[in-house]
Amino acid sequence: MRNILPILTVLLVIVAVWYAAAIKMNAAWTYAQANRAGTEVTFSEVVRDTLNQERPVLPAPHQVAAELWATTVEKKITSKRSLVFHGWVTLSATLLGFAIGTTAGILLAIGITHNRAMELGVMPWAIASQTIPILAIAPMIIVVLNSMGISGLIPKSIIAAYLSFFPVAVGMVKGLRAPDAMQLDLMRTYSASDNQTFWKLRLPSSMPYLFASLKVGVAASLVGTIVAELPSGATRGLGARLLSGSYYGQTVQIWSALFAAALLAASLVIIVGVIEKVTLRRMGMAA
Amino acid sequence: MKKPVIDASGVDLTFQTKDAPVHALKDVNLQIDKGDFVSFIGPSGCGKTTLLRCIAALETPTGGSLTVNGLPPDEARKARSYGYVFQAAGLYPWRTIEKNIKLPLEIMGYPKAEMDERVKRVLDLVDLSGFGKKFPWQLSGGMQQRASIARALAFDADILLMDEPFGALDEIVRDKLNEELLKLWDRTGKTICFVTHSIPEAVYLSTKIVVMSPRPGRITDVIESPLPRERPLEIRDTPEFIEIAHRVREGLREGHNA
Repeated sequence: MRNILPILTVLLVIVAVWYAAAIKMNAAWTYAQANRAGTEVTFSEVVRDTLNQERPVLPAPHQVAAELWATTVEKKITSKRSLVFHGWVTLSATLLGFAIGTTAGILLAIGITHNRAMELGVMPWAIASQTIPILAIAPMIIVVLNSMGISGLIPKSIIAAYLSFFPVAVGMVKGLRAPDAMQLDLMRTYSASDNQTFWKLRLPSSMPYLFASLKVGVAASLVGTIVAELPSGATRGLGARLLSGSYYGQTVQIWSALFAAALLAASLVIIVGVIEKVTLRRMGMAA
Repeated sequence: MKKPVIDASGVDLTFQTKDAPVHALKDVNLQIDKGDFVSFIGPSGCGKTTLLRCIAALETPTGGSLTVNGLPPDEARKARSYGYVFQAAGLYPWRTIEKNIKLPLEIMGYPKAEMDERVKRVLDLVDLSGFGKKFPWQLSGGMQQRASIARALAFDADILLMDEPFGALDEIVRDKLNEELLKLWDRTGKTICFVTHSIPEAVYLSTKIVVMSPRPGRITDVIESPLPRERPLEIRDTPEFIEIAHRVREGLREGHNA
């Protein structure tokens, strides 16, 4: 509870800066309107107007909050305008992609730690894959898969997996190599097979590393899904909300979709964190 | 004639490193009989740990011959001839003490019921009954090391290889564990090879003290201890004890000047 003061202070500063920026950035339009109408506006009128425009350059926090409330709580979740509906579309693709990416990352890490040739042959490609801007490759994946008759959830998940496998692979390689020489020697004194060493020593040792990379991976999955929703002409998902918002200049809609995405990402990371805590405590490794 | 449990003759080991080869062991000749308690003592770099690792088939000598229970070391290892206790307890933090002791038994494929029975027996042997369900971090350093000894005793290896097992513990805990180790040795009749750099520890524990010196690692003296098997801690104040300690110290000094 002692931390509540600094947290609130930071939050207040952010909100204050945001309001100030909203006034500054939206004022031009207010002055232009007044000029056209041939009227004079006072400063307080400017402030009131800039914080309540329908299509502001930068929406004020309370506008975003009101939009979020209206599109989540007040809309039926089956509605095309419900953020819960769009959020679920994005979430389902994110989770599927995260599952694919995590599995691929773990398998890749196992291959790399067991086989030197694989480390030299595959790792450079894995690194190269992450240096390509996702914005460039996502439309291509979607178009290629579409021509093969695959659309909807799967292409988005593949792009999510594309972003999330890498942190998992890197973390797991480190984790599977975490046992020190003494622990490996101990297994050798038992004449343990590679298989036994893997299941009884390497895999349990890697758990803290796995969870650290899962947190990065799940957030990356969400980013991948949203990026995948941008170019596909999709009408569903948080990415589609962002895109349609920008088509029609609905900045409030863009910002509320952004916030929904951020909240979703934060919740996913927190859930992974909770699973981490429970698992590590069960394993007797809770910090 | 009785066959020695460990028989080394002319054992040589050279590590190839980037700049120059390191002569870790040179012409090591040693016989260890069944039921012996042998200490290897010497300054760091004298090859005492390397020799122990050769016996355990964790290193392979580059020359000479070495047999353990009449077998080449790696076959002896496959035959579960020895239990190895490292400098650190090395318990798996995600396993309870009980599960840690079961680790070698699981790997060696013991049946479930026998595992439980063995765990109970060795926990008793190292005086840790009732701590089986605890995680390693809940135990003191000395207790952890006792658990790691229990782990090495859980399968029926008749040789116990110990690499400075009490090196990281304080004097008082060390004394207590030394005393317990002697009792355990007496009760189980195992052959123990014990690496240390403490002179009192070596003299107190051993029936045979192997003094080693570095560059290249070699044996400079082998002392057969005249002390009785039954050894209270007070034996360390007797003239016999002090005399052997003196001889060990002389051996170490000689090796150092050579």
